[in-house]
Amino acid sequence: MSASLETTLDEGGADTSGPRRALAHLALVTLGPILAALVLSGLVLLALGVDPFAYYGYVAQRGLFSWLGLQQTLTRMAPLLCLAAALIVAFRAGIWNLGIDGQFLLGAVTSAALAPFLITVLPAGAVLLVAAAGAALVGALWSLLPALLRAYQQVNEIITTLMMTFLGVSFANLLVKLVFLDPGTTVPQTRTLPVADRLPTLFGTTISGGLVLGLVAVVVVHLVMTRTAFGLKLRTVGENPLAARHAGLDVPLLTVAVFAISAGFAGLAGGIEILGVHGNLQAGWNPAYGLAVIPLVFLARFNGFAAIVFVFFYSALMIGGESAARRIGVPHYFTLVLVANLLILLALAEYLDHRRRRAG
Amino acid sequence: MEALLTAAFLTALLAGAVAAGVPLLLAGLGEQMSEKAGVLNIGIEGMMLMGAYLGFLVAFESGNVALGFVAGMAGGMAVALVMAILCVGLGLNQIVIGIGLTLGVEGLTALLHHFQFSTTYPRLPAAWRVPVPGLVELPVVGPALFDRHPLVYLAFLLVPLLAWLYRRTALGLTLRAAGEKPAALDVAGIDVATVRFLAVLFTGAMAGLGGAFMANVAAGIFIPFMTGGAGFIGIVLAMLARGRPAWVLIGAVVFGGALSLTTALQVAGLNVPTDLIQMLPFAAVMAVLVLYGRKARLPAALGLPYVRGAR
Repeated sequence: MSASLETTLDEGGADTSGPRRALAHLALVTLGPILAALVLSGLVLLALGVDPFAYYGYVAQRGLFSWLGLQQTLTRMAPLLCLAAALIVAFRAGIWNLGIDGQFLLGAVTSAALAPFLITVLPAGAVLLVAAAGAALVGALWSLLPALLRAYQQVNEIITTLMMTFLGVSFANLLVKLVFLDPGTTVPQTRTLPVADRLPTLFGTTISGGLVLGLVAVVVVHLVMTRTAFGLKLRTVGENPLAARHAGLDVPLLTVAVFAISAGFAGLAGGIEILGVHGNLQAGWNPAYGLAVIPLVFLARFNGFAAIVFVFFYSALMIGGESAARRIGVPHYFTLVLVANLLILLALAEYLDHRRRRAG
Repeated sequence: MEALLTAAFLTALLAGAVAAGVPLLLAGLGEQMSEKAGVLNIGIEGMMLMGAYLGFLVAFESGNVALGFVAGMAGGMAVALVMAILCVGLGLNQIVIGIGLTLGVEGLTALLHHFQFSTTYPRLPAAWRVPVPGLVELPVVGPALFDRHPLVYLAFLLVPLLAWLYRRTALGLTLRAAGEKPAALDVAGIDVATVRFLAVLFTGAMAGLGGAFMANVAAGIFIPFMTGGAGFIGIVLAMLARGRPAWVLIGAVVFGGALSLTTALQVAGLNVPTDLIQMLPFAAVMAVLVLYGRKARLPAALGLPYVRGAR
């Protein structure tokens, strides 16, 4: 059960018979599903009595074409990019890490617990470093059980990672309410990291420096997975575990490593969100970014650079959608519908493309 | 600790275990059928949620809870139909489509609920209860088990019925073959796709019914995202049951009990943080997987689309 939709479509696998066909191919399998998802979701809006053009127009205006919105969009990209990095590692290695939301939240709790406390004893730079590293470590630890179960007992990781997410959401709340509660407020939340000590913003804008971390994470993951021997080993484990074992690879150990790296990035994403944007964590906070990043990573065909582009547009959609929830009265749940349509239509497009190429 | 052994606590625990366990039982039994036939139905969470939403909506608008259950089944089957067409018919990746359908139903039902009820959550009248004469007089067990909605009895009756179907009938054999050795079934002249298609539809009906029970009987209310992972627990139940319906029942009651412990503890006058209690069923799943994970056997051709002649 390989994680890839269609391994032959991995980079370089595209049609090589002339740029025109390659372009048509790209349009069919990438822009096709995007447009179809927009149209189909637009029909949902229409059925609800909302003008889809007005909605999409407002979302684009708010998330892309206003300076304030654009800064928010770029800031939102930071955690999403880290989550994309987490998924690229896992999916390329054939591991379905569907627990990134839990790993994200536990990482966020770690940062929110460490940073406001450490800032009283350490310089700001060191605090950020320790808090981010702690987030990555705890995120990785949260995946240890599914990793060991998959590596040594062949227990399906889809189920275990999902279970760990449900567990993690409640556990994060418990930690905030019972262990790291800020006694100074009535709202159940952790202590707050002062704005001045958070991740620096970029070039005098309000864009969080986390964006740089996110971009680096995706690019490094992409290069490691496609250009290094370590990445090749992980991909071999994913595509053909039997062959990997015959080649002398320690498959269980590599499996655990994949989980640790993937979940580490998910935890880091949570840390970045706390250290760059919120400064603290409120009980009950769970943005559930993770599952929505899955379609983006598939759409990018596990390619890091393409993932950056899609994450950018998705961030704009989220920011615009959150604003539209207040202004137009369409709850941001609509984004879920759009993402689901995208995922399903993408799979359908790959299927049609596969058939067309077989026929041609 | 003595408070934990009172009749009131045990009744509350058992009654809660049944109320929370019946949706898990129905989902688990449904998922078992799909898995036997070789389809890993990750979309079951979405099917349950659609069943809960449509079941509640129809029951609320018509005032007829029974009609709500029919609508819930139909809703679950509608989602299952999409899954069957895409995954069985076209052979698309079952995990990708399953996740997509779950996300889509989550978004769609939350959206529709918002446009219909805004932020209000109307309630249905208390569920219809049919006491079983005689048995209802038993202490503890009586009020918890034998004074329930008829669907509870029906769900329990499904267990021996399905066990018989799997073990003693040609249909059961056909289902198993579709999951274990689809090529053999094909040679025998039975269309693998049709068998799997029907199995997925059955899963949808069961999951939809379970969701409708959750909304109409157990809660009396629909809240967006209310299934909260029950469908995924159903998958685990089916995985651990290794094809036996009776084991799904045992698992459903155990996990249902974990889900309902909050209410029971409140009856006993103990105040344990809700977050801790909410972790219980999922912690229980992980514990069981750690202990018995190696034994969770799945059909050989699970998750793989069947293409004639392909190896």
